[in-house]
Amino acid sequence: MIVETGAFALVLALVLSVLQTVMAAAGRMRRSPVLAGAAQGAAIAAAGAVAVAFGALIFAFAVSDFSVANVAANSHTDKPMLYKVAAAWGSHEGSLVLWCLVLTVFGAALARARNLPFGLRASAMATQGLLGVLFLAFAVFTSNPFERLNPAPFQGASLNPLLQDPALAFHPPLLYCGYVGFSVCFSLAVAALIEGRANASFWPAWGRWVRPWALASWAFLTAGITLGAFWAYYELGWGGWWFWDPVENASFMPWLAGAALLHSAVVTERRGALAGWTTFLALLAFTFSMLGAFLVRSGVLTSVHAFAVDPERGLMLLAILGVTAGAAFALFAWRAPRLTGGGQFAPVSREGALVLNNLFLTAACATVLLGTLYPLILEAANGATISVGPPYFALTFVPLMAVAFLILPAGPLLAWKRGDLKGVGQRLAVAAGLALLVALAGWMAFEPRKALSAAGIGLGGWLVLGALAEIAERIRLFRVGPAESLRRARGLPLGAWGTVLAHAGLGVFVLGAVVETGYRVEAARTVAVGETVTAGRYSVRLDDVRVVEGPNYLAESGRLTVSLRDGGAARVVTAERRFFPAGGQTTTEVGLDFRGLDDVYVVLGERGQTAAGAPAWSVRVWWNPWARLIFLGPAIMALAGGLSLLDRRLRLGVGKRKAA
Amino acid sequence: MKRALLIALAAVGLMAAEPPPAPDRPLPDAAQEARARALFTDIRCVVCQHEAISDSPAGIAADMRQLVRDEIAAGRTDAQVREDLVRRYGDFVLFKPPVRGGTWLLWFGPLAALLAVGIGLVALSRRRRDETPALSAEEEARLADILASGADRRDPDAKPSDD
Repeated sequence: MIVETGAFALVLALVLSVLQTVMAAAGRMRRSPVLAGAAQGAAIAAAGAVAVAFGALIFAFAVSDFSVANVAANSHTDKPMLYKVAAAWGSHEGSLVLWCLVLTVFGAALARARNLPFGLRASAMATQGLLGVLFLAFAVFTSNPFERLNPAPFQGASLNPLLQDPALAFHPPLLYCGYVGFSVCFSLAVAALIEGRANASFWPAWGRWVRPWALASWAFLTAGITLGAFWAYYELGWGGWWFWDPVENASFMPWLAGAALLHSAVVTERRGALAGWTTFLALLAFTFSMLGAFLVRSGVLTSVHAFAVDPERGLMLLAILGVTAGAAFALFAWRAPRLTGGGQFAPVSREGALVLNNLFLTAACATVLLGTLYPLILEAANGATISVGPPYFALTFVPLMAVAFLILPAGPLLAWKRGDLKGVGQRLAVAAGLALLVALAGWMAFEPRKALSAAGIGLGGWLVLGALAEIAERIRLFRVGPAESLRRARGLPLGAWGTVLAHAGLGVFVLGAVVETGYRVEAARTVAVGETVTAGRYSVRLDDVRVVEGPNYLAESGRLTVSLRDGGAARVVTAERRFFPAGGQTTTEVGLDFRGLDDVYVVLGERGQTAAGAPAWSVRVWWNPWARLIFLGPAIMALAGGLSLLDRRLRLGVGKRKAA
Repeated sequence: MKRALLIALAAVGLMAAEPPPAPDRPLPDAAQEARARALFTDIRCVVCQHEAISDSPAGIAADMRQLVRDEIAAGRTDAQVREDLVRRYGDFVLFKPPVRGGTWLLWFGPLAALLAVGIGLVALSRRRRDETPALSAEEEARLADILASGADRRDPDAKPSDD
């Protein structure tokens, strides 16, 4: 009964979305507040209906109702409750319902957003409604998660054990909030193109309306990607955290476009300039989200992260992507030439710096797009198969970003309209000098000495120190008394703290990524109990291996002692090899010893034999210096995004809901 | 009973899902071994999904690692090892595609994108400078109003450059 309610609610949501679209469009054309108001009601009701459907799906998973095909295919009675619930969004059908839920909830929030002018709101509601219609129709007609099985099996096929992990339980919801949050930016951009006013007051206001949505989506996406990378790091057992894998790239493209949007929306809000460009980026960010969904779900690209793949439905997603993006960009091409105006600015100015930021972020985004799709295009064109992997991005994406990071700290210190480059240079001189020292220290501290890695360490230090310099400048540190500086620090808007924190977080990430990539040490050996593997400063001794029984798996569980080679505290880690009988798969559970900023990363491999015939296990050990910073940096960035959202200035133009 | 069965199943699963590949035997020469490992990360396991042979547990990845080690031990250069692999498995095996006719767009595309976006943005700001008449006094006043209401600064002596 509950399952049928869910199925009904999903159809109801589709009908409500159709109503929302029609009433909003009609209300806009007839200038009828009654119709437009009814569209807002439909949007809120649609969100409620999808929430009911999603709740029903979670319920079916929680009670293991195997008469539902989707539950039977993705769940199992032995699974812990967390993974039963998480399996609700682990499959194609379930993840699509989650997508629709986020889409309609954001649509409802848009309906309640305050201070939006009548025309803009109605047009945006119609656009958001149309997106809802497309995705809900896709869910209802091709991917119904509530389809029944008759007869019902006694046991389910279980979820891929790789996905049975706390990080992965929360990764999709966060990622989807980010992906789909950009739909509101998309709708607001389409609405702005339709309403298309070239007057000076419209675009700054529009920039203020669109910014919180971009900020929230970007922060969610940052958190989601970081969690995914962390999962890959400790669950795949390869010692790496980013593989430039197509699915990773698919989530990274909207992130880059979203980051560009965040920055260009500031220019539009503050100066009314770059209106066309900001609109373009708003369309682009959600287009990349849809492209990501298509790439991941259709299986056109092979990836270690692709689960729940289905080519035929992929084609439907491609059609949705083509229709929405095609229509939106056609509208853009038609209307954009009119979007002139806004404040003028000199090349050296805050606006100029933000334009540079956009230049590098979009070029980087294009690089990722090219690297991801090129093998497909080439194979279609002449049948040649190539692989594009980490070395390609190291030679293209990384230099682009390095140049952007070199310029970054100067941006926030430049004045609007016309900046004073010499003044900024003076204010950053201390930070630049210290960054050079950091690079030198990095060169001395790590073995073997590598000039490029040392430069990377300097660059990370430059970003952190540049952010600190900005704060010091804003609170006039050392130029006024400490009490006065403190008063100024308290008076700084949260948005300013957000900027500084996000840029510092980026620096923290760069430090971690550079040091880990440049200086990690790996060792592998087949060892019997009591023998050791040595990696750099650490040695790891295999103490014993037992067979343990988990809720839905059996494991060989190894206890290993990690100690510094030249003496020092020894710590015990557990590394497991788990076997899941339900799906017949084996996964690794990495043993991680956190040593300050470093990780000692231990993987228990297959059982073998020593030369003498005693049982032995292949053990791989990585010493990953500063690996902690790789995940800490983006976490700081996501928090910084949240902090900026709390800024009073961003809350002025929009409803209360979004600030949370 | 169930438990015994599960353990038996697990034993099968843990040990014989695939015949375990021969364990890696590192080269005795540390410099050669380091070269081999550097190559492993750039070479794709041909049956896997976007995995380098350094990462893949597949049997063929182990074979490919052995192949690379053998060639390096035989005194071949990195480039020669790569050539051999390409001869066997095609360009697909390299994570860094070769620069040739079909991949020019791939390799020079990023630079082209940088130039294209740069030129586009410059043109956009140029055109605006040429075409847009200065704001009238009334418009300026309205703009200032809006900016002031949006700025909402708490710090009274902040310069306009702040934030």
